[in-house]
Amino acid sequence: MNSIVCIKQVPNTNEVRINQETGTLIRDGVPSIINPDDRNAIEGALKIKEELGGTVTVITMGPEQAKAALREAMAMGADRAILLSDRAFAGSDTWATATILAAALDKIGETDLIFCGRQAIDGDTAQVGPELAEFLDIPQVTYAKEVVVEKDKVRVTRYGESGDYIMEAPMPVMLTAIRELNEPRLPHVRSIIEAWEKKDIEVWTMEDLTIDPTQIGLKGSPTNVFRSFVPVREKQSEIIQGNTPREKAALLLDRLSSQKLV
Amino acid sequence: MNFDFSDAQKMIRQTAQEFTERYVAPLAAELDLTGEFPRETFARMAAHGFTGIGIPEEYGGSGGSDIEKVIVVSELAKKCGATAATLSIHMIFPAVILKFGTEEQKKKYLPAMADGGKISAFALTEPNAGSDAAAVKTTALKDGDHYILNGTKCFITGGGQADHVVVFALTDPSKGLKGLSALVVDKGMPGFSIGKIEDKMGIRASETVELIFDNCRVPAENLVGKEGAGFKIAMTALDGARIGVAAQALGIAEGALEETVKYMKERVQFGKPLTALQGLNWYVAEMATKIECARWMTYRAATLKIKGEPYTKEAAMAKYNASETALFVTNLALQIHGGYGYMKDYPLERMMRDAKITQIYEGTSEIHKVVIAREVLK
Ligand SMILES: Cc1cc2nc3c(=O)[nH]c(=O)nc-3n(C[C@H](O)[C@H](O)[C@H](O)COP(=O)(O)OP(=O)(O)OC[C@H]3O[C@@H](n4cnc5c(N)ncnc54)[C@H](O)[C@@H]3O)c2cc1C
Repeated sequence: MNSIVCIKQVPNTNEVRINQETGTLIRDGVPSIINPDDRNAIEGALKIKEELGGTVTVITMGPEQAKAALREAMAMGADRAILLSDRAFAGSDTWATATILAAALDKIGETDLIFCGRQAIDGDTAQVGPELAEFLDIPQVTYAKEVVVEKDKVRVTRYGESGDYIMEAPMPVMLTAIRELNEPRLPHVRSIIEAWEKKDIEVWTMEDLTIDPTQIGLKGSPTNVFRSFVPVREKQSEIIQGNTPREKAALLLDRLSSQKLV
Repeated sequence: MNFDFSDAQKMIRQTAQEFTERYVAPLAAELDLTGEFPRETFARMAAHGFTGIGIPEEYGGSGGSDIEKVIVVSELAKKCGATAATLSIHMIFPAVILKFGTEEQKKKYLPAMADGGKISAFALTEPNAGSDAAAVKTTALKDGDHYILNGTKCFITGGGQADHVVVFALTDPSKGLKGLSALVVDKGMPGFSIGKIEDKMGIRASETVELIFDNCRVPAENLVGKEGAGFKIAMTALDGARIGVAAQALGIAEGALEETVKYMKERVQFGKPLTALQGLNWYVAEMATKIECARWMTYRAATLKIKGEPYTKEAAMAKYNASETALFVTNLALQIHGGYGYMKDYPLERMMRDAKITQIYEGTSEIHKVVIAREVLK
């Protein structure tokens, strides 16, 4: 069972602030991490490898520094890591990114499972995985919270707001992982040292891929972030006064029921 | 001069941090109350390769060395001094075997100590031989292809859980210190039993016990190094172990400062957060400065050790300074938390109790000053 996991290196948004004037993220000094849902995707692929054998390949499109994310994935247990890096890729939106990933996946060749994270915390679009499946013309199941491989198909429990779906799909299939899928493992110290000191990362550029250059990069991207801003949220709070806890609770209940909140 | 951590070391720290958040921090307060040994945590530390740090891969270890040990031990200590102590003291035995053991002993013990989840202990102290380690009375007299071990060791960390203990005993009592040797005793050997289990002030989940040897027959092949090499082995082991205690102390201090920073931003008095009080800010400056000092002295001692340079003085200074820092910082951190710091709802009172041991074991602060002065006046 061979899997490919598409991951993204993102700034740890817990520590990111937004420049109020330009509307852009202040990334200076903010540590980069593997996008959280992508860690679930890696874990999902590793679990299947442990159970059924095969390999796990991780792939990311990004600058040189994104190699750190690939090394972390290798420390967790991925066998092979590929960085897609080229000036021509810069500024790609989700469409262009999926185009590039699809070309890379074509080059890798036969695969059973393709895992992506549901969405990246720095963009929150949740589009790359589904677009990738479309470009590859394979089935997709998003929001996977449980994945079971059965012979030549997968059975996936897909999270839904009003209830879960249990779906089956033939392979190859693209799945997007959510947090509920698993608890990503922490790497073994030996694997960390090996991943940094003994393993190689393949770097693929435009020349390695068959891509229509008009479909990628800033120019090939059909969407553009024209402005971003932090919505102003106004909060008003009121402290309920009363002599005893019982009295305060009664007042609170009155208030809540008068506003039809309970 | 290079103060940078490698990428792998940064990732090891990140991993140790997540490990601590996930598996150690949630248990710390309860283990402190029950005094229960964190056996499950130990197994997890083995599964993540923490116990194998410093053991080469050819013996099933994780690789890495003293820098990685300091990283992991200090990260654990930020949230739980007892878990950090348990790991740090366990690491002494494999270091002894690696440096002084035979090839057979390395193959036998090191993989078990690394990912194998086996626990080890280091038994030097006796009721009448504390700071004065040369006063050891336990004997190990040769009888054919065995040594017959007799005596009592006290205050042995992890001694009750340990699968293997390195015990220091006189193989030739007539020679005094020159007759001291190191022997590996395995759990369950006839004549080896556990005596008093200590009820302690701090690092309560780290087990401290008495070990009793009553005509315990130890195979001669369990001798580590030569007969008479015991004192040298013990002192070498303690030099290295002091870096481990420095790491524990450093971590406790760092953890206490983190708690303090958080608390000062939240706690409001006189209409403002505590950070508005200059008197307290000065405390924070003192705490942070002493921690910075403890940090680099500890990593510096570890670096010298890795390079194979003399490091006795630097390890002693690092341990002495870090443990004094841990007490200083936890004391002020508790003070800044006011009455809440004194309560068990907050971790500060535990951290202060946990910090205290670092001034005592593996040599007291006073003994460290003796060692440092001897080196300086040499
Ligand atoms: C929780 C805990 C865990 C321990 N774990 C282990 C372990 O795993 N293995 C092990 O072998 N031991 C262990 N020990 C023992 C520890 O190393 C000793 O307690 C320590 O070395 C001090 O010895 P002592 O308690 O006998 O004190 P003493 O030696 O009696 O010291 C009493 C006081 O005299 C001072 N003093 C002594 N000599 C001098 C001197 N020359 N100059 C100035 N002052 C001096 C001391 O600093 C101290 O203040 C542990 C102890 C504790 C409390």
